[in-house]
Amino acid sequence: MITALVDITEDFPILKRQINGHRLVYLDSAATSQKPQSVIDCITKYYENTNANVLRSVHTLAEEATVAMQEAREKIARFIHANSYREVIFTRGTTESLNTIARAWGDKFLKEGDEIVLSPMEHHSNIIPWQQLAKRKGAHLRYIDLNKDGTITIESVKKQISNRTRIVTLSAVSNVLGTINPIAEVAKLAHEVGAIMVVDGAQSVPHQPTDVQNLGIDFLAFSGHKMLGPTGIGILWGKEALLEASDPVIFGGEMIAYVDRENATWAELPAKFEGGTPHIAGAIGLGSAVDYLNGIGMSRIEEHSRELAQETYQRLEEIPGVIVYGPPYPRTSVVAFNISGIHSHDVSQVLDAQGIAIRAGHHCAQPLMRWLDVGSTARASFYLYNSGQDIDALVDAIKTARRYFKL
Amino acid sequence: MNLDDIYREEILEHNQSPRNYGHLEHPTKSAGLLNPTCGDQIKLDLIIKDGRIEEICFSGQGCSISMASASMLTEAVKGKTVDEALSLVSNFKAFLAGGTSDVPLGDLEALHGASQFPSRVKCATLAHNVLEKAIADSTPEQ
Repeated sequence: MITALVDITEDFPILKRQINGHRLVYLDSAATSQKPQSVIDCITKYYENTNANVLRSVHTLAEEATVAMQEAREKIARFIHANSYREVIFTRGTTESLNTIARAWGDKFLKEGDEIVLSPMEHHSNIIPWQQLAKRKGAHLRYIDLNKDGTITIESVKKQISNRTRIVTLSAVSNVLGTINPIAEVAKLAHEVGAIMVVDGAQSVPHQPTDVQNLGIDFLAFSGHKMLGPTGIGILWGKEALLEASDPVIFGGEMIAYVDRENATWAELPAKFEGGTPHIAGAIGLGSAVDYLNGIGMSRIEEHSRELAQETYQRLEEIPGVIVYGPPYPRTSVVAFNISGIHSHDVSQVLDAQGIAIRAGHHCAQPLMRWLDVGSTARASFYLYNSGQDIDALVDAIKTARRYFKL
Repeated sequence: MNLDDIYREEILEHNQSPRNYGHLEHPTKSAGLLNPTCGDQIKLDLIIKDGRIEEICFSGQGCSISMASASMLTEAVKGKTVDEALSLVSNFKAFLAGGTSDVPLGDLEALHGASQFPSRVKCATLAHNVLEKAIADSTPEQ
């Protein structure tokens, strides 16, 4: 039996809740993770003791807040093996990070006729910024063909990459299929033709060690709230030279060096991309989440997430009438499925009545839903507080749902 | 929460055997809508003559709530005048918002359980919004 990596009731107060008379079984961490007490306390303490604006005022609170935010940035830089804190930009989340890359680098360097290579399994946030960029520039999108099981092979990537390719963008882990994409190999192909490699790490950074140097990528986007941190904070990491070469996209406070009536010059990195008062409590909270994850160890988390997803795939596949999407192995953290004859929304509702929280719908991946030829799917997703007991509860609840709908 | 409050027998029954499901060959009005949160979609085909709904069919895919609601709606408005149909729709929406209906809702009353869940209210009213859209469509009646 797979056990949770943490003391659930000690560290995650929300998991003590009863939902509709049942123990809460939270299987929606790919949408957002729950927060440990240490992160909640860190944010509370910040507002109780330290709250001040950063980088501006000269008083004790402002100094303390600035130092705390800088420490968080440095922790995150080490967590992903960035070369410097200057490469770590706070955003609202993965979506804002990807939009920023498309604006900051894309608007400056993309030209008419250039090509952007991506996959049909991408989340909308890694499709639409590129669609819009392509429309602005007269560039073209090229989609990598997926194998039948939803995986990507290097051969299919090679077919789409050419000397017109300027950007290759790919999720490291699919938020629907749970597949793990060959990022380092694809990055090499991108660099061979002089393209940049952008990675959507929203589902990968919370679940496996991330080393941007080993991956050999150029930009990485991820969200704090899927890795035990608060909502409203995320990271854009980019190679320093690329960030230096790119233009800022949000103009205003603290992103400038010199301003006169007609013109302005930009602040050094990372401030150049952080116009306006940042989400200070969020940044510090994310730093605290990184401490918590490091305390457990990302390699252990990776192993645990894969075990849970692979066992769930097997167990669900054994239930008559259940269709599971993506490959049985290797996969991590998410398992999308449908019960033949029951719409995913109804599945979700019947599971909720038994205390089980899953997601139902298109998972912000409509092109992938069309590729799978389904309108929607149910999705169970896991994190370090989940255990084999939660899989048992899911399996039992699915069987109950089938009986309820008289299947 | 009791599941039986949401999934009343009438809903499961309409979901399994939807009424008026399909397309009309020569509709005088057609409209469709997508529920962007879940990807559900419903299309209605109508034949309206002299201000009366003579034929109505629905098609699409969705959860049991949206399918049952569409099925019930087509039954409820077939043969009614356009004004009566629009009145039924607005009364049904008020009913789901916690109010009462001034007109008999028939099977549609079974959808009351959805009112506890804002996300399911969208499912329960999708077909109703399509009907309003179809009627508002400026294509002249034949």
